[in-house]
Amino acid sequence: MDFTPLWLTLQLATTTTAVLIAIGTPLAWWLARTRTRAKPVIEALVALPLVLPPTVLGFYLLLAFGPHGWIGSGWQHISGSALSFTFSGLLIASVIYSLPFVVQPLQTAFAAVGRDVLEAAWCLRASPFDAFRTVVLPLAARGYLTAAILGFTHTLGEFGVVLMVGGNIPGQTQVLSIVIYDHVESLDYATAHTLSLGLLVFSFMVLTVVYALNRRAGLRML
Amino acid sequence: MSTLRFDLQLQHSSFVLNARCELPARGVIGVFGHSGSGKTTLLRCLAGLEQARGQVQLGDTLWQDTDRAFRTVQQRRVGFVFQTPRLFPHLSVRANLQYGFARTPQHEQHVHWERTIKALGLTGLLDRRVPGLSAGEQQRVAIARALLSSPRLLLMDEPLAALDVKRKREILPFIRRVAVEFGIPVVFVSHSLQELLHVADALVLLDQGTVVAAGEIDSVLTQLPLLGYLGDTVGCVLEARVAAHEPEHGLTRLECHGQALWVPQRDMAIEQPQRVFVTARNVSIALQPVAVPFSVLNVLTATVVEIGAVSADGAAVYVKLDVGAPLLASITRKSLTLLNLRVGQRVYAYVKAVSLEHEL
Repeated sequence: MDFTPLWLTLQLATTTTAVLIAIGTPLAWWLARTRTRAKPVIEALVALPLVLPPTVLGFYLLLAFGPHGWIGSGWQHISGSALSFTFSGLLIASVIYSLPFVVQPLQTAFAAVGRDVLEAAWCLRASPFDAFRTVVLPLAARGYLTAAILGFTHTLGEFGVVLMVGGNIPGQTQVLSIVIYDHVESLDYATAHTLSLGLLVFSFMVLTVVYALNRRAGLRML
Repeated sequence: MSTLRFDLQLQHSSFVLNARCELPARGVIGVFGHSGSGKTTLLRCLAGLEQARGQVQLGDTLWQDTDRAFRTVQQRRVGFVFQTPRLFPHLSVRANLQYGFARTPQHEQHVHWERTIKALGLTGLLDRRVPGLSAGEQQRVAIARALLSSPRLLLMDEPLAALDVKRKREILPFIRRVAVEFGIPVVFVSHSLQELLHVADALVLLDQGTVVAAGEIDSVLTQLPLLGYLGDTVGCVLEARVAAHEPEHGLTRLECHGQALWVPQRDMAIEQPQRVFVTARNVSIALQPVAVPFSVLNVLTATVVEIGAVSADGAAVYVKLDVGAPLLASITRKSLTLLNLRVGQRVYAYVKAVSLEHEL
């Protein structure tokens, strides 16, 4: 069996999760604290990938990533290569696709930490960053765990978006879900079965762990 | 002597703070007002947690001056004890206490670790987890945590509100000790006059966001026109010292400006200073000493200093007496007419000993 799609999938999911945590932290922090009137609009934008058919998202990303698209042309200018049908393009698409799965648990966790303990930390001479690092992060740890696991597993399962912007290039953009589709197309049900079952069991186990942790924490993150 | 001066304006949707005051920054400065009078907002503005317009200055240091300077809460080096303890639930008691202590440069640390732990009775709690502590223990940890950051000013926002009477009695003396032993001026916000009478040296009277009066607590609380702001607990504090005990009757005799004052037994050594809160309602006035046997033990010779305005609807009127210190009496308008009281008149003030229980 060829393990390249598996490694590619894991690589994509890991990188996506890392990028999402990095982007999601300031975004969720801002959303949890802001009183701006634009908040519902931003929240809706973040949640959009939850409801949109992945093909719709993929379609617009494909247009944007193309050599004449507004992201793709800039990318071409900087890196000299196209963005569509590459791993980088896939990564950007995955980040957008899984954004709500990371931002929402983080936002909930930050809101639960609240302003009170933060003010207490400031009054004990902690700078805003210091207070965030030593008080907010530890108290939101469970939210981070949920966010990371959901972001990771959701990226594992993406199909429609990949098909639209990534195509099916082995070692580049051919991820597990695409491989399963290929095997089904070529009527190789046995291999499709092995891969599908593996993904099913893995996802189920991960989600069970998340819900068990949340239950112990007494609050649900999602 | 260093002073605390502020002149602050802040407008929320339905509330306007416009508070101005200058007081010596020493001992405990009480801030009294009814709920919604802006006590908490004032305290948050002093801390820099809320950005008001205007000025705040402590001693030589200007903390803020609209548009020109604004020191952040960290730069002001204030300690803040909130209504709820706001401890860090993921840290042990020791780690909570160390949080501010470790962030204080050594040359600024003038609050001693051991002494604070001892003073607040936290020795046995250091390795406990926060969620397992009682409300009283948590608030004691919060006070110690604020102290250990060696603040230049300690702000306390109704720190006893969530506690029962027993815990209050336990913590109130600490607050005085903070100001006296550690030399940290305290601003203590409360809607309970009794609490303030126990701890405060000075009083700021706040009403609808405005400072109505500020000054030494005795002088503020005995200004007849201000009594309307105080609610039903009008009275004043007499400074006294323990003269003798009479255990067979469960009484203690205090000496108060050269006069004897019997109170229910107080377990304090002879010569110890004591504060006695005398409620105005419990003070009666007679023109002559009562000659027949009389159950009221305390009789103080007094002079009438001021007679308050009679409110249209009320039956009572406040009379300010001088017994060596100001003493307030609340009597009916009818009595005022019967006695025909005049300013400067010599009278006898009767106070029931049993009414002089500890108020807290």
